[in-house]
Amino acid sequence: MTAAIVLEEVSKTHGGQTVLAPTSLTIARGAFVALVGGSGAGKTTLLKLINGLSAPDTGRVLIDGADIADQSGPALRRGIGYVFQEIGLFPHMTVAQNIGITPELLGWPAAEIAARTEELLDLVALPRAIAGRAPSRLSGGQRQRVGVARALAARPSILLMDEPFGALDPVTRVALADDVRALHERLGLTTVMVTHDVGEALLLADAVVVMAGGKVLAHASPTELLAGHPDPAVADLIAAPRKQAQRLAELARG
Amino acid sequence: MADRLTAAVALLPERLGWHVALSASALGLGLAVALPLGIAAARDPRLKWISLGAAGLVQTIPSLALLALFYPVLLLLSGLATKVLGHGFPALGFLPSLLALTLYSMLPILRNAAAGVSGVDPAVVEAARGVGMTDRQRLWRVELPLAAPVIMAGVRTAAVWTIGAATLSTPVGQTSLGDYIFSGLQTEDWVAVLVGCAASAALALAVDALLGLIEVGVARRDGRRLWAGGAGLAIGLLAALTPLAGAALSRDAPAYVVGAKNFSEQYILAELMAGRLEAGGATVRRRVNLGSAVAYRALAAGEIDAYVDYSGTLWANVLNRADNPGRQAVLEGLRRALKARDGVVLLAPLGFENAYALAMRRDRAKRLGVRTLADLAAKAPSLTLGGDLEFFSRPEWKSVESAYGLAFKARRQFQPTFMYRALESGEVDVISAFSSDGRIAADDLVLLDDPKAALPPYDAVILVSPKRADDRRLRAALAPLGGRIDVKAMRSANYAVDRDTGKKSPAEAARMLVGDATATSRRD
Repeated sequence: MTAAIVLEEVSKTHGGQTVLAPTSLTIARGAFVALVGGSGAGKTTLLKLINGLSAPDTGRVLIDGADIADQSGPALRRGIGYVFQEIGLFPHMTVAQNIGITPELLGWPAAEIAARTEELLDLVALPRAIAGRAPSRLSGGQRQRVGVARALAARPSILLMDEPFGALDPVTRVALADDVRALHERLGLTTVMVTHDVGEALLLADAVVVMAGGKVLAHASPTELLAGHPDPAVADLIAAPRKQAQRLAELARG
Repeated sequence: MADRLTAAVALLPERLGWHVALSASALGLGLAVALPLGIAAARDPRLKWISLGAAGLVQTIPSLALLALFYPVLLLLSGLATKVLGHGFPALGFLPSLLALTLYSMLPILRNAAAGVSGVDPAVVEAARGVGMTDRQRLWRVELPLAAPVIMAGVRTAAVWTIGAATLSTPVGQTSLGDYIFSGLQTEDWVAVLVGCAASAALALAVDALLGLIEVGVARRDGRRLWAGGAGLAIGLLAALTPLAGAALSRDAPAYVVGAKNFSEQYILAELMAGRLEAGGATVRRRVNLGSAVAYRALAAGEIDAYVDYSGTLWANVLNRADNPGRQAVLEGLRRALKARDGVVLLAPLGFENAYALAMRRDRAKRLGVRTLADLAAKAPSLTLGGDLEFFSRPEWKSVESAYGLAFKARRQFQPTFMYRALESGEVDVISAFSSDGRIAADDLVLLDDPKAALPPYDAVILVSPKRADDRRLRAALAPLGGRIDVKAMRSANYAVDRDTGKKSPAEAARMLVGDATATSRRD
């Protein structure tokens, strides 16, 4: 079976500075992969290379075995869901119009788009009544749920998420993260999520890619990483949430 | 007062119609050029820098100068077109006004389009790419709708500027609400000036309000406001243009175009010529308020058929001659040279001179003992000289200045009406007057003698365009005016228009002159 996403020696420089050193990565169909690391680690750059929002300086990107350099960017992106950190809902469109935008660009019939929009509102646990509202009248959590619904509207097989829960309060954050993991299972998605929250990455993902300074330091399952890693930088990164969890547990025991 | 108001309002439909036609065309053209340019500039910093710089530079050129500059440029292009394609295009009137105003309207649209599009939240722009929009879809579905309120604000500013600046198209021969202002200023008809200002301001306010309605409609995505604003503009445009369309349909194309420069005597003489042509059954269009140099070139290019100029002006400015061989020799020299060079016919000297002369108040001249320019030279260092707007740049002034060694304490420039006021109030001691000006007798002024004949003669002559050179009807109507108007008659006609009370319109004053002229011919 071909892997859903293959990066072959891709690299990227910006303004003479290397933001991503030559990197290879293979993501299997159905996997939930988290990219973790501090700011400037190259996580978002890597994510944008996958759907062609950014073009690599060297190397190639294969989606379902096909080089994306041979495809039109807009057509490629209509087939891949993308959730933005800043959400980026279109302020001049209603919630329904925002959710239906990719199907509309693909030329779906209006009735089908309308039905799909309702289905998606249910899927991301939003009341159907908000369909006609402007995004400015929603709460932060509701907005990001609309962002997820928009990304899933055209039934993509791949979902890319860039710090999707970064701006949310902790309660909303955990609830939405659980919902996204459930959707991933239910829809059989291949999901790549960028986050700087190592705990969140370890709890949600099947595999975690640790990055720093434009390089991949580790690519392993959460259990493997928790068992210890030879690179001290990776080990420190993984140790932090575990220590926090232990302290919380001690605190709870009194 | 009521008469003058009625007369002014009667001219409103045509002037307002042209003003609206001109402003709307310029704004439409400006929008068509500046909007795509502004959008492109939002994506390309270098283009943004260059286009905003250029539009800003245009904005620093005084609008009147910008309009004036398009005339020689178009004349040159029209000449080239004639050589290459066999026929030119009119360099006077609508076209130069349209081009200048279009340039003028571009800056606010360009600036706001560039600012509006680059001001769209980068997160939203990236999301537009992320959901799979092409560059074109992103522009039309996301960037333009979000930038629309800012762009509309720019269009509003451009509209108000354009409507205001369109009043300045009068001197390049385009009928507009500026006709009221320029003529009114010249003949001190303040009612006309006020009507022009009020009409132009009301138009600008109405358009601003309707565009404001559209702007709010766009910003709040309120279809009703958008529709109301758009419908208001469309109805207004249609209503303003109807009189023009009516005129174009009901009348044949104007057979003759009579021109005039921008002062009372010229308005009167243009009315005199137009009246005689109309009495013979011809249709006449008037193009008044032409700049002095513009008038001759417009005649040579056939854009006007006849106007009155002055021999000394033609001698110095058209033939570039600095000598003064005497009155008859100048007339004969002009007759031959203008015909040979431009095909222009010097039809007939009218019988009076409107010469440049230096004038002083009689009491002041007597006290200082000044009778001639030679006397003046001795007193000049303690006196202030007032000139009209072109006097100090004319060869006549340079000739007088060097012949008598005139060196004044100070020089000031005035619009002619205000120059006489300044002399009366003592702000200036000497002015550049015109010998046929009615105010010379009325204000009790003396004209200083010119013993060295430094100033050329200024016989008023009717000039006829090359294409009308052999037009019998025109000759039959205008040739009999030759030698019929003496300086006294012209002075009193001028004064009838210029005085404060009991003012006459140029057409009424022209009828006074015709009366005199026919009376003279009956005596003959």
